[in-house]
Amino acid sequence: MKSKNEFKMTLDGRSSNESFARVAVAAFVSQLDPTIEELSDIKTAVSEAVTNCIVHAYKEKIGPIFITVKLFGEGLVRIKIRDKGCGIPDVKKAMEPLYTTAGGERAGLGFAVMESFMDKIHVHSTVGKGTTVSFRKQLSLRSADD
Amino acid sequence: MSVRIECSGEAVTAYLDGEIDHHTAKGIREEIDAAVNTNLPTLLILDFRDVTFMDSSGIGLVMGRYKLLSPRGGELHITNTSPQIFKVMKLAGLNRLAVIDKGGRRVEIKK
Repeated sequence: MKSKNEFKMTLDGRSSNESFARVAVAAFVSQLDPTIEELSDIKTAVSEAVTNCIVHAYKEKIGPIFITVKLFGEGLVRIKIRDKGCGIPDVKKAMEPLYTTAGGERAGLGFAVMESFMDKIHVHSTVGKGTTVSFRKQLSLRSADD
Repeated sequence: MSVRIECSGEAVTAYLDGEIDHHTAKGIREEIDAAVNTNLPTLLILDFRDVTFMDSSGIGLVMGRYKLLSPRGGELHITNTSPQIFKVMKLAGLNRLAVIDKGGRRVEIKK
């Protein structure tokens, strides 16, 4: 399926960019006229995925985060967030609620939030190469998608 | 992101303002904990009325403050959460640890 519109960006995995990343994605998706709740859901999921890149994939280093947003007809949004960090040895385990390797005050709920706020999430990871998190969200159509 | 602290009697209220994410959570935590450790309140109120965004870093922040308060018998109240913030908190089951009220309406009280 070919997208009707596409947005790509690469940004440094710095915590100060977390806010910019979620706001940029939300601003691009806004042209589909999402509800406030749908937009909040997307911002929250993007924030979780980008935070994972910074906290887990790159840890003490600063590496690139690649974000692609594709808009399809009928209000379908696909978002990919990719890093070239350390990778996740056990994706299933990493996605379990409350499981965290970060310690401190990380709640271990990042993936739980992404799963609950998006319609579909797919995680592909190779140790030593990086991780790609793909989301899909179907927006309710309130008006024509132009 | 900023935090304004008010102390009255045995209660400390932290008015949070801005966005809570991994980047901002540390500063917020330090300000609240400094006030809690100085005043030793029996009630900590986190007021979310001016919080415009929160992800799971906010859950860690609330859970951490609960852990700080509960061994001393202190109670945690969360107030004025927007629908987005309430949704994130509910997903984490924070309504089982703290009293959360959503814009004046008390949602669930359990310990």
